[in-house]
Amino acid sequence: MENENFLRKNLPAILWIAVIASIYFILSSLITPFSEGITLNTEIVIERLKEIGSFLFGILGGLAIIEIYFFQIFFRQPINSTANIITRVIQVALGLLTFTIIIYFFNLTDLIKLGDGPISSFINTPFDIFTSLQKSLISAKIATKNSGTMIAGIIISLGVLALYAVIQFISKPRSSRVGLAYLLILPAFIGVLFLIIYPFLFEIKLAFSNASLGTQATKNAEYGLIFGWENLKALFTGSVAKDAKFLEVFWRTILWTGINVTFHTLGGMGLAILLHRPLRFKGLYRTLLVIPWAIPGTIAAMALRNEFDSRYGLFNILLGNLNTWLTTVSQNTVNIVGIGNGFAWLAATIGPVSWKQDPFWAFVSVLIANIWLGIPFMSVIILGGLQSISQEYYEAAEIDGASRWQQFRNITLPLLRPVLTPAIILGVVWTFNKFDIIYLITQGGPQEKTDILVSSMYKAAFQFYRYGFTAMFALVIFAILFVFTLIYLKVSGGLKSATE
Amino acid sequence: MSTNPISRFFRWFFYRSRGDSPFKTILIHATLIASCIIAVYPALRVVTISLRPNDTLLTTDLRIIPENATLDNYKEVLFGDPEKNRQSDFFLWIWNSFSVVAVTSIISVILAAISAYAFSRFRFPGREAGLVFLLTTQMIPAGMLLLPLFIMIAKLKMINTSLGLIIAYAVTSVPLTIWTLKGYYDTIPVDLEEAALIDGASRLTVFTKIILPLSTPALAIAFLFSFMGGWSEYLVARVVLQKNEIFTWPLGIFTFAQQFTVSWGQFAAASVLIAIPVMALFLYSSKWLISGLTLGSVKG
Repeated sequence: MENENFLRKNLPAILWIAVIASIYFILSSLITPFSEGITLNTEIVIERLKEIGSFLFGILGGLAIIEIYFFQIFFRQPINSTANIITRVIQVALGLLTFTIIIYFFNLTDLIKLGDGPISSFINTPFDIFTSLQKSLISAKIATKNSGTMIAGIIISLGVLALYAVIQFISKPRSSRVGLAYLLILPAFIGVLFLIIYPFLFEIKLAFSNASLGTQATKNAEYGLIFGWENLKALFTGSVAKDAKFLEVFWRTILWTGINVTFHTLGGMGLAILLHRPLRFKGLYRTLLVIPWAIPGTIAAMALRNEFDSRYGLFNILLGNLNTWLTTVSQNTVNIVGIGNGFAWLAATIGPVSWKQDPFWAFVSVLIANIWLGIPFMSVIILGGLQSISQEYYEAAEIDGASRWQQFRNITLPLLRPVLTPAIILGVVWTFNKFDIIYLITQGGPQEKTDILVSSMYKAAFQFYRYGFTAMFALVIFAILFVFTLIYLKVSGGLKSATE
Repeated sequence: MSTNPISRFFRWFFYRSRGDSPFKTILIHATLIASCIIAVYPALRVVTISLRPNDTLLTTDLRIIPENATLDNYKEVLFGDPEKNRQSDFFLWIWNSFSVVAVTSIISVILAAISAYAFSRFRFPGREAGLVFLLTTQMIPAGMLLLPLFIMIAKLKMINTSLGLIIAYAVTSVPLTIWTLKGYYDTIPVDLEEAALIDGASRLTVFTKIILPLSTPALAIAFLFSFMGGWSEYLVARVVLQKNEIFTWPLGIFTFAQQFTVSWGQFAAASVLIAIPVMALFLYSSKWLISGLTLGSVKG
C-alpha cells in the first residue's frame, strides 16, 4: 500500500526523468556519428559548469557572510557589557575588513589611485595575507593551482563564521521592525551597487579624463576639470565618431524616434482595431501578425540586412519587377494622352534603389526594418487596451446616433489613454536607445549617415577608443533622457503610483 | 434556414456584427491578409534561402520553396563539412549563449524574488528612494554603462569569459526583474499573510509557504523575460567576447551573415534552427508574456 502511494506520488517526476533521459539518449545517438564535425564536447561543457559553479558558489557564500553580519546587528543583543565590547570590536573589525576590500576593488579597477603610500599598504594587507595563504596552501600540496583561491576563500570564510559563532553565543535574540526588510533587500542592493552605481561613478570620473587607447584606457590617464571641458567641447564642436557632428546626429535621432514611434502607434492601432472586431480566423491572423516580434531581433536584423542587397535582396527584386511591369504598361499605353506619360514617369522614378550607398535610402532601410519589427508589440498592447473597454459605451453611443468616427474620437481614444500614454513614452525611450538594428544593418554607414546618438557613442568607445570622450557623451545622453523621464513621470503620475 | 453548403459557408464566414456589410468584411480580411503577408513573407524568405542549393544561392527567384530544395545547409551548419575539413561551432555557440543567459536569469530571479517582497510588503526608510531608482534604471540605455563596465570587466580579467558577460547582462536584468515581481506581489492580497501571521507563522514561513508558491507563474514570466532579453543580444556580447570559442550565437551567425555571398545559406539555416524553438516558446507563452508586460511597468 505504501509502495503504491509512493509510486503514485512520484510518477510524474519519474516519467519526466524518463522522458528527458530518452531525449538525451536519442539526441546523443543521433549526434555521435557526426561528433567529429562538432566543436562542442563534454570537456567544454564540464569546464564551463565548473567555472559558473564556482562563481555562483563564491557569490552565494559572500552574500551569506554579509547577511549573517547584518542579521546579528539587527536581531541579536549582547547579554552584558563585556559581551557588548567583544561584539562591537569584532563587528567593527569585520566592517573595516569589508571596507578595505571595497577600496582594494576601487584601486584595482582604477576608480581611485592609491599610489605606494602607507594607506595603500594598509589596504593591501588583507590581500597580501590572502595570497600568502593561497601560496602556502599550494606549496603544502593541500590545494592545486586552480583550487587555491577557492580553498583559501573557504578557510577565511570559516574564520569569519567562527567569529560570528562567538557573537551568537554571547548574545540574546531581540526583535526588529525593519531588520527583515533590510536583510531581504541587501543582496539586490549589493548587486545594484556593484552593477549600476559603481559603473555610473566610474563613468563620471572617466568623463573628466583624457582616457583613450593612447593612455591604455585608465592606466596612464589624467583627470581634471579641464579634460571634462575639453571632452564637452569636442562633443559639441568636433565629430562624435569619425565625421558626423553632434547636432546632425541629434536631429537624426529625433527623426528616427519620431518616425518609428508614429508608425508603430498608427500601424499597431490599425491592426488592433481590425483584430478587435468579431471576425473569422482572428486567432490565426493574430498569431501570424506577432511573428516579427517573436523572431529573435538579431536574426531578423541580419536577415533584413541581406534583403537590402542591391541585386539579390528582396526589396530590389520587388522594385525591379515593379519597374519592368510599369515599363510594359507605359509602352502599351503610350498613345493614351496623360495616362501614358504618367506611367512613363512612374517607370522612370520607381526602380531598384542603392540601399547601401545612398545615405537617404540607407536610413529608409533601417526605418523599414525597425517599423516592421515594432508594430506587433504596439498592436498587442493596444489590443489589450481595447479589450478592457466595455462594449456598453459603444451600444449607448449607437443608440444616441453617434457615427463610427465619433465613437472612435470620443470613446476609444480617451479610454485608451491609460494604455497608450505609457506605451508611447516608453516606446520613445526605447527607440531613442535602440541601435542594434542600425548597427547590424548598416553599421551606421554610409559615412555615418545612419548613426543615431547611441550608436555614435558605441562607435566612439569601441571603434575609436575615445574613452573619456565617450563617457562625457554618455552623460549628455543620460541628461537628455533624464529630462524626458521627468516629463514622463509628471504626465503619467507614474512616480506616485509606483511608490504607493 | 437553407441547407445549401455554399450559403451555409457564407453565413459562417460573414457572421454579422454591428451590421458590417459583406463588402466591408471582405475588405477587412483583405487588409489583414495583406498585413500577414508583409509580416510573414520576409521571415519565410529565410527558410527559402536555407533550402537553396549552394550553386543557386544568389538568384532573383521569389518562390517560397526553391527549385532543387536541399537540406545541405542545415547539415553543414549542424555537423560541419568533412570534405572541406570544416568543423561546426553551432552547438558550441548555443551552449555558450545558454549557459550565460540561464545563469543571469537565475541570479536575477533569485535576487528579485527576495528583494521585491520587501519592496512590496514592508515600509522602511529608503524604500521610496529605492523604487524611484529602479524606475530610473529602466530609462537608462544599456549601452550607456557599457564603457565603464567593459573597463571594470577587463580589470577583473573577465574579458573573453562567460562570467564577464553574465555581469554585463545582470545590469539590465536585475532591476527589470525586481520591478516586474514587485508589481506581481502587489496584486497578492495581504489578508492571506496577515491570517498566517496571526496564526503564529513567521515572516519567513509566510514568504516561502505562501508568497513563493503563489507567485510561481510570475517567477516563470520574470525568468522568461530576462532570458529573452539576453538570448539574442549582440552589441554587449561583441564587446565582451572576442574569441570564437566563447562566442554566443548572435556573434557566431553574424560571421556567416557578413560573408554575404559565401555563406548566406548557412546563415539562413542557422537562423531557422535557432528561431523556431524561440518562436514556438514565444507564441506558446505569449499570453503570459503580455500579462507580464502589464504587471510592473512596460519594458521590452
